[in-house]
Amino acid sequence: MKESLKKGLWFFVSVISLLIAWEAACRLLAVPAFILPPPSTVLLSLWDLREQLLGQHLWATLREVGLGLFISILFGVSLALVMTLSKTVERLVYPYIVISQTIPIIALSPVFILWFGYDLTGKIAVTILFTFFPIVVSTYDGLKACDREMMNLLRTMGANKWQLFSKLQLPASLPHFFSGLKVAATYSVSGATIGEWLGASEGLGYFGRRASGNFQAPALFASVLLLSILGMLLFWLAGRLELWASPQTRNRKDKKR
Amino acid sequence: MREKLAFSGVGFSYGEKPILDGFDLQLSKGELVSLIGPSGIGKSTLFQLAAGLLQPDTGTIRLDGKSTAERLGRVGYMPQRDLLMPWRTVAENAGLPLEIQGFSKSEIRERIAEELPRFGLAEWKDAYPDELSGGMRQRVSFLRALMTGADLLLLDEPFSALDGITRMEMQEWLLSMWQQTGSTMLLITHDIDEAILLADRVVVLLGSPIRQPVELQVSVPRPRTLASRNDPEFHALRGEIWELLRGHGAANGEVSEA
Repeated sequence: MKESLKKGLWFFVSVISLLIAWEAACRLLAVPAFILPPPSTVLLSLWDLREQLLGQHLWATLREVGLGLFISILFGVSLALVMTLSKTVERLVYPYIVISQTIPIIALSPVFILWFGYDLTGKIAVTILFTFFPIVVSTYDGLKACDREMMNLLRTMGANKWQLFSKLQLPASLPHFFSGLKVAATYSVSGATIGEWLGASEGLGYFGRRASGNFQAPALFASVLLLSILGMLLFWLAGRLELWASPQTRNRKDKKR
Repeated sequence: MREKLAFSGVGFSYGEKPILDGFDLQLSKGELVSLIGPSGIGKSTLFQLAAGLLQPDTGTIRLDGKSTAERLGRVGYMPQRDLLMPWRTVAENAGLPLEIQGFSKSEIRERIAEELPRFGLAEWKDAYPDELSGGMRQRVSFLRALMTGADLLLLDEPFSALDGITRMEMQEWLLSMWQQTGSTMLLITHDIDEAILLADRVVVLLGSPIRQPVELQVSVPRPRTLASRNDPEFHALRGEIWELLRGHGAANGEVSEA
């Protein structure tokens, strides 16, 4: 407990120092506010625009991110399971999963907007585009990567196929799934933002782009700040979920601190 | 004595490589037999055959006097690496075979709680494997093998990863467990002293493929302790086994000091 408190304290000190240095640099070097606004101005603008930003745009982005991520997990995990259970499906589908890793997803985003439209569906589709593959690949790898010897040991106990799956493959794949989920959680914010850039009437990405066009740097920075916090929050949530799902790590950490 | 496990005329090859050829081995109920041989000779293959993970190409393997291909679930296996599941507690790991056999959660909990004290693990019931020492992990692994309910246990170099002192403690502990449970045990080892100290018979595996193993009776009196190593018979056996292993190695031009 002491260790984590100390860590948190240092992080706090680091953030405060950065903000002070930033504020000082802006003021001492007289940087124009439309290039780099000092943090105080950003926070002020965040406060002024709080109703718009938090009430409307954050909410819109959050909805896209949440729905997109949820659908990705649902279909990503399902596809990984089906590929594990059926050799045929694996042979047919896996090459595309590998190729998909090399495609610049951003370049594909307008296609998805073209197909799924400029409303909420289009943004959810782009978010899925960003988050689907990390989840499929990591979950599938996790399901495949289980220890052969452990498999044999369970077989000597007379385990059937379902027991091998539920007692070994599934729990052994969890760490892989969660590392994929953490990547997907941060990507999901990028996905939603890009979806909004391509055409939207609300959302933090839309708001930031409009602010940038109008040279309203403090408002732009305020929206970027919120997007960053959203990304960090999702990453943290995925981490908490992992701790909850893998009691052995939770226990070890408690003991060490 | 009733026969527990028997290989008769077993032949087996991995692809082109013959491992066993006309191999015979008999284990009576309640016997403790150790298998010793140069590494890579196919000891683990032998275990996989006994456990039912592999089937012989020729010959038969009998369990309780009956030739059967259905050996999975009837033989307890204690692997070289303990293979404990890191996400399961000590009790959950030990109860795995019972879970697979379909016992209820409460029944499993009860039975494991009963067993843990004599394994020195009572206080570690809810600990996870990476909180345990090497010796403790092997004890959990042994308990798990016992919980299969099988009275034939295959122990694959169970103590090879332990440090010298812990290994000696575990050898004595294993002897006492064997006396308590009355299980039949087949033990693979690399360690000549361990092979002699624990077993009724030492089977020396030689040749590629393995044809007729050399069987040596161990008549060092029981109960044995670490002091049994000073018994003159122990010395004689050690010399004999070493000669066999070395002679074989020289014949193949691959002699290496252990």
